[in-house]
Amino acid sequence: MAASDAPFIFIALIAPFLAAVAAPALTRVLGHWAALPLALVPAGIFAFFCRALGDVAGGQAFTGGYLWVPSFNVSYSWLIDGLSLTFVLLISGIGALILLYAGGYLKGHPQQGRFFSFILMFMGSMLGVVVSDSFLMLFIYWELTSITSFLLIGFDHSREASRRAAIQALVVTGGGGLALLAGLILVWNVTGVSTISLLIEYAPALKASPYYFAALLLILGGAFTKSAQFPFHFWLPNAMEAPTPVSAYLHSATMVKAGVFLLMRLQPAFGDTAPWETILPVFGGATLLAGTVIGLRQTDLKLMLAYTTVASLGLLVMMTGFGTPHALESAALYLVAHALFKGALFMVAGAVDHEAGTRDITRLGGLWRAMPVTFAAAMLAALSMGGLPPFLGFLAKEEVYEALAGGNPRAIAFTLAAVIGNGLMFALAFAVALKPFVGAERPLPGPHHGSEAGTEAGAPPSALPGTSPARGEIGQRHPPHIHEAPFLMLIGPVVLAISGLMAGIFSGAFHAAISAPMASAIAHEAREITISAIPHLSLPFALSLATIALGVIVYLLLDRAREAAAAALESIGWGPDQGFDQAMRGLIRGAHLVTTRIQAGRLETYIMVVFITIAAALLLPMAIFSEWPTWPAWPADAGFHELVIFAIAVIGLFAVVVAGDRLTAIVSLGIQGFSVAVIFMLYGAPDLAFTQFMVETLSVVILALVMTRLDLQPSDHRHGRELVKDAIIALACGVGFAALLLRAVQAPFNTSLTDFFNAWSKVVAHGSNVVNVIIVDFRGTDTLGEIAVVTITGLAILALIRIRGTGTVKPADNDPERSA
Amino acid sequence: MDTSGTGRSARRGMDTLIFRTMAPYLTALMVLFSVFVLLRGHNEPGGGFIGGLIAASAFAILGIASGVSAVRRALWFDPITIAAAGLAASALAGIVSLFADVPFMTALWVFPNIFGTEVALSTPMLFDIGVYLVVTGAITAIALALEEREDD
Repeated sequence: MAASDAPFIFIALIAPFLAAVAAPALTRVLGHWAALPLALVPAGIFAFFCRALGDVAGGQAFTGGYLWVPSFNVSYSWLIDGLSLTFVLLISGIGALILLYAGGYLKGHPQQGRFFSFILMFMGSMLGVVVSDSFLMLFIYWELTSITSFLLIGFDHSREASRRAAIQALVVTGGGGLALLAGLILVWNVTGVSTISLLIEYAPALKASPYYFAALLLILGGAFTKSAQFPFHFWLPNAMEAPTPVSAYLHSATMVKAGVFLLMRLQPAFGDTAPWETILPVFGGATLLAGTVIGLRQTDLKLMLAYTTVASLGLLVMMTGFGTPHALESAALYLVAHALFKGALFMVAGAVDHEAGTRDITRLGGLWRAMPVTFAAAMLAALSMGGLPPFLGFLAKEEVYEALAGGNPRAIAFTLAAVIGNGLMFALAFAVALKPFVGAERPLPGPHHGSEAGTEAGAPPSALPGTSPARGEIGQRHPPHIHEAPFLMLIGPVVLAISGLMAGIFSGAFHAAISAPMASAIAHEAREITISAIPHLSLPFALSLATIALGVIVYLLLDRAREAAAAALESIGWGPDQGFDQAMRGLIRGAHLVTTRIQAGRLETYIMVVFITIAAALLLPMAIFSEWPTWPAWPADAGFHELVIFAIAVIGLFAVVVAGDRLTAIVSLGIQGFSVAVIFMLYGAPDLAFTQFMVETLSVVILALVMTRLDLQPSDHRHGRELVKDAIIALACGVGFAALLLRAVQAPFNTSLTDFFNAWSKVVAHGSNVVNVIIVDFRGTDTLGEIAVVTITGLAILALIRIRGTGTVKPADNDPERSA
Repeated sequence: MDTSGTGRSARRGMDTLIFRTMAPYLTALMVLFSVFVLLRGHNEPGGGFIGGLIAASAFAILGIASGVSAVRRALWFDPITIAAAGLAASALAGIVSLFADVPFMTALWVFPNIFGTEVALSTPMLFDIGVYLVVTGAITAIALALEEREDD
């Protein structure tokens, strides 16, 4: 890979979005086989970036890009080193497998094309996040992943649980994204650099800055929400509402790793400080323990996997911030291992659900006979997740223990957390990969295919086992024939599980190509990884044995462990998930309170407020700054015709006030308007006069028509105090406008604009009517905005008239109490 | 004034034979005049906005005299569609500049010689025609919707 590859890198980065555009049409033509051509896109990206492996392993980093907003020093620029390259390969490689898997999983679903489109868009966003060098580009792609994951989680949008999970994920991760933006801008201001590759050089200045801690907290706000760290972990299990390919992709390998990626990326700039090495391990460790304990109580395969993902993310954050030798290497190893085994296990869970019709572990059993390939893939992935040699997971766990083990109290506490967490994850891994396949065969609901998959794939993944008893009964009446998952759904788990095994066996080559360059990029110095799959007697190995022993014990006592975890969690009662609902309810209630207070729904009140504001805006500044106009002198040379026109205007006004009914008042107002137009004409403003004539005519016509339409009382209904109050407001507005105009005329007139337009109108714009030239040429963009407003206003008025005409459309009821 | 409502009496007042006979001719003249005002606007008083107001008044008058359905038939297009087309024309006038590698909304002029007469054509002219259509369409849409009644 060389500098001349820049255009190809750009093409690789936008290719998923282009494929997303083509996906629906392609799916209409090819059906679920559209997965094959679409998977070629990420596969091609994977192959393209594999060419960079050699150079990156040699310690090279590629930067490049294009200017985006040069005036703000914003660029579209990428940084491809060991860290981003590993992520790019994971995203594109697993992405290709997921597309194939989704082709089988959602076969026959009416919205399969849309699903492909969403997941490709997500892929493009995620690729953008990991290669971004520029802060702003990173933020935009970061928020794009939030938006696309919202679309994916809420894919089955006819179910309320999906919609709630989608909104929750969007609020939590999108809100965290805003914190990230604030943090990046703060860093930008402190250091003056706007790219990550430069920021690393400015790390000492950043760490010395008084704003370091604030910037760190804001960036952690982004990373912790995205990577589901405690106490923001709740959105990830809820996101299991999404179809399983989404969970396998976003919630194991990619999206949730974005937060960890950010921490790793910024480690050279932010790391190696006391706050970094305190906050990260503490929150990471808490997340690890919380994730495994809550995971224990679940009976739904996907939820068990989701909580172990939370726990793994906690472990990754803990290791990224631990700050001892081997800690960053272990994080790099564990990240790759986790992406491989968790992606495989999610796809296995989806295959089991797809064929057996349920994901409830208490109802599944004996499937190995019917689904041998799925079972084999599940076992390979679980062995890696459990950390048994010679799998990659074993290497990662040994490296974790190597980094943690030490004599000081801090090391002992975190080692204990890691052993307990890993032990429980071991138990959960085999609960997912072994329990459904061994034991006695049970009556099961059976496969669901075709359009059914859309509604059933995400069937309540809930903490309430047996939410679909009806289907269980059907299954008992007609024993279904359960068979192996279709070919498209087997490629993914098998390839990923075998990759985990191969990486462990050929650890030398794997370290050289992937994990060592990745760890070097995180540490920003050359690192080597030597750990291999051959067990050797040492403290980490002893800790591994303890972990496995704990895992086996918990697995054997799984039902009792589940009850214990459930009892412990129920005694706490409240969790952040409920807290989110309470916060959202409070927000809606608050908004409703403010709205009912401000929007009372009476037109008279609105108009009164508007006019009082206008009068105040006109009169108060003049009163406060004593800028009243001087009383104008009576013009001595006023001609008779001018006086007559003036008199007609005054008579028109008088007629408005005394008019007995509304129509007379409207027409009388027209008299005043025409007189003013004539005055414009006399004083040399033909354009203005012309417009005024037409506006007056149309106003009278339209006002008269409105009267007809609204069937108003023909005469005024106001009396006494109301009349006095309105008269005062009207007078204040009139006096205010008059005073403003007089004052404006009395101020010295700056003619530079007039001179400019007079001088240049004919020369550069070929027009001698200066007014028109300003409207259509000099300030054309303003006019474009104005005519857009005119069009929209026309549409809005049409809608209002039609609602009024039929009288059947009621305004929405926004009261949260009643709608709930 | 009668008590049945201001509007109905107003309508009856304008509903005379002379008015109904004259209105189509008046409307035709006004629309012609509005186009004249639109096209002269760059050098003499006038322009798309005023022209649009005149055309809208013309259709409002025709609507009062001959009924809304007659105006809708005469216009052929829905008035709000005319407004949208005008907005699109104006936006297009700005976008054309981008293809000439100058900033958005920069005026471009050509002076072709048609039958021996030099004619000035420009993106501001297209823009002004867009303004004319927006004003005509939006106000006619409102006026016609207000004139429309169940018995029309």
